[in-house]
Amino acid sequence: MRDVFVAGVGMIRFGRFPDRDLPDLGAEAVLAALADAGLGIRDVELLAAGCLFQANAMVGQRILQQVGQTGIPVVNVANACATGSTAFREAWMAVASGAHEVALAVGVEQMGKMGLLGAGGGSGIRTEGVVGSGLMPAVFGQAGMEHMRRYGTTREQFARVAVKNHRHSVRNPLSQYRNEVTLDDVLNARMVAYPNTLFMCCPTGDGAAAAVVVSPAKARQLGATVKVLASVLTSDPWTERDLTLPDVSTLTRNAARQAYERAGVGPDDLDLVELHDCFATAELLHYENLALCADGEAGRLIDEGETAHGGRIPVNVSGGLLSKGHPLGATGVANIFEVTTHLRGQAGDRQVEGARVGLAHVIGLGPACTINVLGV
Amino acid sequence: MTTTARRPIVPFLRLPDGAEPYLAGQRCTGCGAVFLGTRRACARCTAQGSFEEIPLSRRGTLWVYSIVHQSAPGVPVPYVVGVVDLPEGVSVRCNLVDVEPDPARLRFGMPVEMTTGVSQQDREGRDVVAFYFRPVKS
Repeated sequence: MRDVFVAGVGMIRFGRFPDRDLPDLGAEAVLAALADAGLGIRDVELLAAGCLFQANAMVGQRILQQVGQTGIPVVNVANACATGSTAFREAWMAVASGAHEVALAVGVEQMGKMGLLGAGGGSGIRTEGVVGSGLMPAVFGQAGMEHMRRYGTTREQFARVAVKNHRHSVRNPLSQYRNEVTLDDVLNARMVAYPNTLFMCCPTGDGAAAAVVVSPAKARQLGATVKVLASVLTSDPWTERDLTLPDVSTLTRNAARQAYERAGVGPDDLDLVELHDCFATAELLHYENLALCADGEAGRLIDEGETAHGGRIPVNVSGGLLSKGHPLGATGVANIFEVTTHLRGQAGDRQVEGARVGLAHVIGLGPACTINVLGV
Repeated sequence: MTTTARRPIVPFLRLPDGAEPYLAGQRCTGCGAVFLGTRRACARCTAQGSFEEIPLSRRGTLWVYSIVHQSAPGVPVPYVVGVVDLPEGVSVRCNLVDVEPDPARLRFGMPVEMTTGVSQQDREGRDVVAFYFRPVKS
């Protein structure tokens, strides 16, 4: 595998765009990423397109119909919430393998106000609310309760994650929501699935993001300096309580170990982390899964502000999924946008000063995990 | 006397005539891992086709829980969901009944026991029998 560089990124503000369609949203992000790279669509040799809810609708080809039908290979990717980050990895692989000089990843999703995910059922027999819950708020509620059981983590500590990420989002013009909330606001908001209240759950929405990855020769030509230090994808190994409660931790730990080893960096070398805070409970678990702290220390990390902007290891300075939004297919590529923007010193008000290494983490259920480490 | 046709809500719930309902586990004879529902090969050790069916205990302990206040359309809320650990080394996802939907009433590790009830009718009009867990009365 050879080195791969991120030459350009683009992203539209996440939100709800009922009057636009998927190819249009995706095309806007693609053109922004190409312009950022100083390239045109004719330079792109492969397109990896991530979209979950229209995975069978050839979204990649429809985006090319908007921006230029050059006849290149297109792969359409679906991998639950890790869809966009898996598309990025496909583009990375296309260049790392030596098969292509320039590849483009785009992630796009249009969810509108689709409500709770996983609420469907095919057999005609309702199991939700009878044989437990398969809905994401309850799944991640229970994952948080597991942490509470093991380490005595409190509701307030989980709620502080929401306070932090909503505060971060105020400085991100691309965030779906940009409202600061207090700890009391979070704790007193409508309960969705204990211990996660409304402000501790990510919203549904629409969005798109794109990234251009290139070979070392092309990067020199373009002056691109952000390098992909590692791109890792894992699935869940067999674990205790296997599939009874989706295990988002073991595969993240496996991915983190591989990513640090391949990147040649450790958690202490990271300047910023964008991790999968689909629910506030999840963020604390991933502090430990990514080895940002020792097991059982996540509550202390949030209490002491270590993961806030300006802290020892800022997490989700974009506002995270909780506030920036989580249009599933777009999320993983948007993380690449965020980390790249900081590494280039172009993040404006929310810039993490002097950032040189950043990590992007995404989880999709039932479990897929991607970790991308970028550096300059 | 007439009997209504009935069916279990999941394939691993057994409803023997004249005996108490129970959950059936599939134990890998290679490594001992226990699963709910059948597998072609063991997800843990990958041994193929070497499972024996074992009846699972009706009693276990509560590993974790959540209380769902917002759910899919048509699902009555709130309800308590959880994961119950059974002594055979397998866990089961379930609803908890006969307990108030209040964290103060729930305790990690609390002993629970299985109970069954008709949850709904299927398209053919058969009773769908579901299993639940409830706190063991001390």
